[in-house]
Amino acid sequence: MSVNWRNIGLFAAMGLVLVMVAAFQSWQLALTILNMSLISAIMALGVNMQWGYAGLFNVGIMGFTAVGGLAAVLIAMPPVNEAWAAGGLGAILGLMLGVATILAAVVVYKRMTPGRLRGMVIFAVIVVGWLVARFFFAPATQAIQAVNPASEGYLGGLGLPVILAWPVGAVFAAGAAWLVGKVSLGLRSDYLAIATLGISEIIIAILKHERWLARGVNNVTGIPRPVTRPVDLQPQPWVQDLAGRLGWSVSETASILSALGYSVLFVIVLAILIWLAEKALNSPWGRMMRAIRDNETAARAMGKDVTRRHLNIFVLGSAVCGLAGAMMVSLDGQLTPGSYEPLRFTFLIWVMVIVGGSGNNWGAVLGAFVIWFLWVQVEPAGRWLMEMVTSGMEPGSDLRRHLLDSASHMRLLTMGVALLLVLRFSPRGLIPEK
Amino acid sequence: MDPVSALVTLTNFVLIPGFAYGSQLALGALGITLIYSILRFSHFAHGDVMAFGTMVVIFTTWGFQAIGITGGGVIPTALLAIPVGIAVMIVYLLVADRLVYRFFRQVKAKPLTFVMASLGVMFVTNGLTRLFIGTSERRFEDGERFIFSVRDFREWTGLAEGLALRSSQAITIVTALLVMAALFWFLTRTKSGKSMRAYSDNEDLALLSGINPERVVTMTWMIVAGLVVIAGTLYGLDKGFRPINYFQLLLPMFAAAIVGGLGSPIGAIVGGFVVAFSEMGITYAWRRFFTHLMPEDMAPDSMLQLLPVDYKFAVTFAILVIVLIFRPTGIFRGKSI
Amino acid sequence: MADPYLIGDAMTGGYGGADILHDCTISVERGEIAVIVGPNGAGKSTAMKAVFGMLQLRKGMVRLDGTDITGLSPQARVRAGMGFVPQTGNIFPGMTVEENLEMGAFIRDDDISDTREQVFDLFPILRDKRAQAAGELSGGQRQQVAVGRALMTKPKVLMLDEPTAGVSPIVMDELFDRIIEVARTGIPILMVEQNARQALEIADKGFVMVQGRNRYTDTGKALLADPEVRKSFLGG
Repeated sequence: MSVNWRNIGLFAAMGLVLVMVAAFQSWQLALTILNMSLISAIMALGVNMQWGYAGLFNVGIMGFTAVGGLAAVLIAMPPVNEAWAAGGLGAILGLMLGVATILAAVVVYKRMTPGRLRGMVIFAVIVVGWLVARFFFAPATQAIQAVNPASEGYLGGLGLPVILAWPVGAVFAAGAAWLVGKVSLGLRSDYLAIATLGISEIIIAILKHERWLARGVNNVTGIPRPVTRPVDLQPQPWVQDLAGRLGWSVSETASILSALGYSVLFVIVLAILIWLAEKALNSPWGRMMRAIRDNETAARAMGKDVTRRHLNIFVLGSAVCGLAGAMMVSLDGQLTPGSYEPLRFTFLIWVMVIVGGSGNNWGAVLGAFVIWFLWVQVEPAGRWLMEMVTSGMEPGSDLRRHLLDSASHMRLLTMGVALLLVLRFSPRGLIPEK
Repeated sequence: MDPVSALVTLTNFVLIPGFAYGSQLALGALGITLIYSILRFSHFAHGDVMAFGTMVVIFTTWGFQAIGITGGGVIPTALLAIPVGIAVMIVYLLVADRLVYRFFRQVKAKPLTFVMASLGVMFVTNGLTRLFIGTSERRFEDGERFIFSVRDFREWTGLAEGLALRSSQAITIVTALLVMAALFWFLTRTKSGKSMRAYSDNEDLALLSGINPERVVTMTWMIVAGLVVIAGTLYGLDKGFRPINYFQLLLPMFAAAIVGGLGSPIGAIVGGFVVAFSEMGITYAWRRFFTHLMPEDMAPDSMLQLLPVDYKFAVTFAILVIVLIFRPTGIFRGKSI
Repeated sequence: MADPYLIGDAMTGGYGGADILHDCTISVERGEIAVIVGPNGAGKSTAMKAVFGMLQLRKGMVRLDGTDITGLSPQARVRAGMGFVPQTGNIFPGMTVEENLEMGAFIRDDDISDTREQVFDLFPILRDKRAQAAGELSGGQRQQVAVGRALMTKPKVLMLDEPTAGVSPIVMDELFDRIIEVARTGIPILMVEQNARQALEIADKGFVMVQGRNRYTDTGKALLADPEVRKSFLGG
């Protein structure tokens, strides 16, 4: 592989920008941007696998990251024994009955001859199964939610190391993706988009309202972190020593060190993923995927099972998004279902992929950095701009207040304009596909 | 046993709201299906364009009220503001078309590129809406709140069960029916409408017949402007205006269009009602209905609600999945496979 | 010699890549039927499309009634009086027969009911099925809709690209009868045909094309009688 100075230059410029943030604003901000950029880069990698390698349009990224985040709660939080005693059995039984109902309906569908009778039997199976499952499930979940509702009221997790949640989050997302893909792949390309939009809304609805699972909109906070918290770093003699030598405050040093710890972990994950993705892209499998993307009909004629290949890559890409979702929750230390917004978690990732260069893994990573940087910085820039514009106005005027408030919405506008400009004038993105 | 009361409850809590919601979805889905059949892409900016158009109507309503033009306390002032909203949206959508979509038409871009571009338009529109009116809920209905209230109904009929018809619901249903009738008249009876159908049916032959595609596209955006402003205003009158709710209408609207058959106007309408009534029926607590129908000692003690209202998206999604599995072209055999 | 009514004169060109037509001449006189026949891939349809302006000519020109129309777009040629029925996708399947005819007359602003009646007289079956969606008709009826649609502009010349492709022999005979009737109303017809023998039987003039060039050009009768043509192109 020849050295591509242009791309290295682009990344170096991005690094320089972050260093400038550190120098002029603060190290904490620079590291916060860096860490979320790394997570966004992983999400963008996942989307790029689906879009860049296979031309699949996934509008459910939010759902896959959220379900990955759920894994962090289910793996790392300590189990709430009291809740398990109160209704754990009933909840599990209810869920299993629900699954059994679906399986029974599928069996009926496959075994019986088509006709009105079959339809009626399936309907009956579903209604009866549903009611029976609810009979066990509803009281059990109510009992669970009644256990110490202020801080618990849910089943808790397994109490395992939080790093384990990352691969588990990937598996969760893969499962959801498999279900959606099975239904909507092989049909029109737009249908996958609608179906993924739907599943992501449903996943968020479940996370918000099933309080027995992860406390819903009450949020789960205090999720164990893979990196020592700043509070625990502060008393360490070497941290105080370092702070003294750098001339920073101890708390500042500790939070920077903690954030750096995350950066290191995320960089390792990202590096492994890029290595695997590049390897896959240049393998016979990757060539086949691109051949399918470029001419589906020809690939089908050559006997390739296009739908099956698409399902593979869709599940893989979504799993990467789930992994990123779990990483994000372990960075924040909390799961807040109310904060999952499609504009932020689905469409922004799309802007990253398109701006970066779809089909190119490095492009997706660079796009994630650039767009996340803009996302964070456009708001203060907008506020600054609005303050300049409104500086002549009366301080108390309504218009001035409105304009200042509206600065926070500038970012959506900027993202939209960026996306449209790239699509129009540079559709191959910052780092085009090779 | 009291079947009349059962019917009254059902009408009050399922049929009337379902009809109103179904009309709103149908108008939205009609826009989606028109864009799909003429411009041949899934218009993801639809929800946000709807929000933007409604915002224009809200501002105009406030302006009208400020200068003393109102619906006379009978109809909401917003209805009078709709033409202004439509005019603004025609300009907005045509500018968007000239600046964004036309280029991709000229280079014959893939459908998904159009979808991406509509994402960009969605971002911009959403940003503009938030910039101008913010994200909080706005109510802008005025005039008479009820055609008849629960109390009126009880007094007339002497029944214990109540039934109310809100003005916004009645207006929604009537307006939607009028708009649909007008649209169908246009599509099947006028030369311009027929040329749109011809273009959607067979683009090349339409060109050969001398139909100007740019004119067809312009007409489509104009009609879509009318549909989104009317649908958005009706929805806002009925349920209040919040930009995020309009974005979330995207799923049920697309589901309605796909269930009916993408590209089929009649399918969009039927799909809208199918989605609306399914959502209503599955998230409604049927206890009261069945209490009236059964002997008193057999009254059900659970809520008989199949799913909590929070999961109405799941209902939409389930219908969508069923259609995709069993009849991917939709009820009315749209043009897609 | 006076110019034929419509002539593609010494046409050379292709779809951007290598030339498909080489110095190829196709023409039709007033009140006549001219057919283009030849083996698969001979460039028959391409020649017709060239006359209709659907591909760029490198050399040669197209004249309609003595006027040079080489630079006109297909749409402009329709307005100039040429009717064209493509081989596939030649109807609006979702629209009724009547609407198909109406769309055929889209560029006309005058009353079209007389022309519609004439089309219904030529193709009586269409009158019966006027309110039915064109896509629901049989193959032969669809072709009648397609020809009828092209006639709605009152063209001065009608061009048909393989009108009998994919229909049964009985339907094919009927279609040829109809085409003769159209020609009898005074409209010159230029058509490409796969079924060379039947086509030459009704043709006043025949063009036998091979590899984008004219091989034989003569009256239909003469070509049918020519032993070489019979041997090479008509199966003996």
